[in-house]
Amino acid sequence: MSMTMVEKIIASHGGKDQVKPGDLVSVDLDLVLGNDVTTPVAVKEFAKLGMDEVYDKERIAIVPDHFAPNKDIDSAEQSKIIREFAYAKGIKNYFEIGEMGIEHCLLPEKGLALPGDIIIGADSHTCTYGAFGALATGIGSTDMAVGMATGKAWMRVPETLKFEYTGKLQPWVGGKDLILYTIGQIGVDGALYKAMEFTGEVIENFSMANRMTMSNMAIEAGGKCGLIAPDETTFEYLKDRAQRDYTVYTSDEDANYEKTYKFDVSTIEPQVAFPHLPENTRGISEVGDIKIDQVIIGSCTNGRLEDLRLAAKVLKGKKKAPHVRLIIFPGTQQIYLDAMAEGIIRTLIEAGAAVSTPTCGPCLGGHMGVLAKGERAVATTNRNFVGRMGHPESEVYLSNPAVAAASAIMGKIAGPEEVM
Amino acid sequence: MSLKGKVWKYGNDVDTDVIIPARYLNTSDPKALASHCMEDIDGTFASNVKSGDIIVAEDNFGCGSSREHAPMAIKAAGVSCIIANTFARIFYRNSINIGLPILECEAAVKGITNGDEVEVDIETGVIKNLTKDETYQAKGFPEFMKDIINAGGLVNYARENWGKK
Repeated sequence: MSMTMVEKIIASHGGKDQVKPGDLVSVDLDLVLGNDVTTPVAVKEFAKLGMDEVYDKERIAIVPDHFAPNKDIDSAEQSKIIREFAYAKGIKNYFEIGEMGIEHCLLPEKGLALPGDIIIGADSHTCTYGAFGALATGIGSTDMAVGMATGKAWMRVPETLKFEYTGKLQPWVGGKDLILYTIGQIGVDGALYKAMEFTGEVIENFSMANRMTMSNMAIEAGGKCGLIAPDETTFEYLKDRAQRDYTVYTSDEDANYEKTYKFDVSTIEPQVAFPHLPENTRGISEVGDIKIDQVIIGSCTNGRLEDLRLAAKVLKGKKKAPHVRLIIFPGTQQIYLDAMAEGIIRTLIEAGAAVSTPTCGPCLGGHMGVLAKGERAVATTNRNFVGRMGHPESEVYLSNPAVAAASAIMGKIAGPEEVM
Repeated sequence: MSLKGKVWKYGNDVDTDVIIPARYLNTSDPKALASHCMEDIDGTFASNVKSGDIIVAEDNFGCGSSREHAPMAIKAAGVSCIIANTFARIFYRNSINIGLPILECEAAVKGITNGDEVEVDIETGVIKNLTKDETYQAKGFPEFMKDIINAGGLVNYARENWGKK
């Protein structure tokens, strides 16, 4: 019988020939991930399991990226717990400050997230690795603990929703705009408990960076995961990176999708999601006059070299508005180095940006750019919930890097065409 | 197991950032987290919630981050059960895994108003609204999840079933 990608991946990891949506299956894990917020709780739960060792020292990744470099004494204590755990258990993929990057930029770069994998991560944006054709999904600390100890997790086989994108992209429209548009169409629970599969000629022509941006935000539609079939672009990206052999699974022609959405991208302009939900999207032409105080470019959604390149293209030879704080977060140290080599960092600093070491800090109102009462930010991040970036009465508007850069120049939300 | 308490009712898409804002995630102490529970959506909750109280919400409760700190904070605040139309999947999973009872029941969400006194039987899924003298039937759990709940959470379940290779 025919199956979707997700069904094939779960069947293969659960020792079954066939699975169907709704089945509960115990699966073998390829990678278990955690960060400095979620891993301390997992370390505590791991101790209760009564096992001395983790199931596989090479199949666990721990990345202190949220409140690291440590923002205060309490965060320093949290990071210390996971550092000591990582060393005591001999965990190979522990990334100390200096090697650390934003986890969902870092793991693909290190070749740790591969096609056909089942990856669980105690971070909701673990779904990013769906861009490689992996079943990657966010879980909590207890699942992480049990995953580290046993290499197993329980999963409900999700229904799959198919999203097909065709047509010619408008200027300045990329993965961020397509995923925001999609969430705007189906709502923040439009894919609740389900797998999203992104297909069509537009996705096939997308770079890995654009694909990762789309898969990254599957969770913002409630999705369990957001998959893209591996192809030459995927294999090229993984060529000198992949740490293991991998198996490619793709959906059968006659696979059973719960629903298929078809979008003609030629009518989609750059998107902005208004507070306080990612589904509150508008085209840039419908935004109106919204004055801003801060711009954040970076994060696991848009912190890759291509994103910084786009921001630099808009900011080249220009200055941010005097009252705007423009803060930029390269996703990893390698991205930072590559951006330096290309002259991107110089362009950004000359435009008035502060460029930070990689961290998730500002995206979740942790540190390095927290908003005061009544302040507004345009951010290339993934969430604009109440209080997400600081004071409960602050506001976050989500956009792509080019719109964020143009907004920094204009001091209000603006499209790149207004400044180019 | 029967649970009884006063209802705190909320709307759609209550996200994990309002359940426990990230600015408090530099600790994982349940009591410290509980003291800020629901702070950005309801400043009166943490100081007034009583042991046994029940949260009732509409669609997609617990959407957003994977932070287990969210159900931990709610549990440590004394909440005995959450009833909603639907839960976001990571929150759903985390609640089952840490042994915080959650039920999906549209009739209950429709019938219950803020402040009602409600009694819940987790085994049968029967929800009694003592204030309005109404009864609602929640969806049951699959057997596998019942096993996790009955084991007292995933850690105990894993120790019993997925032990050393």
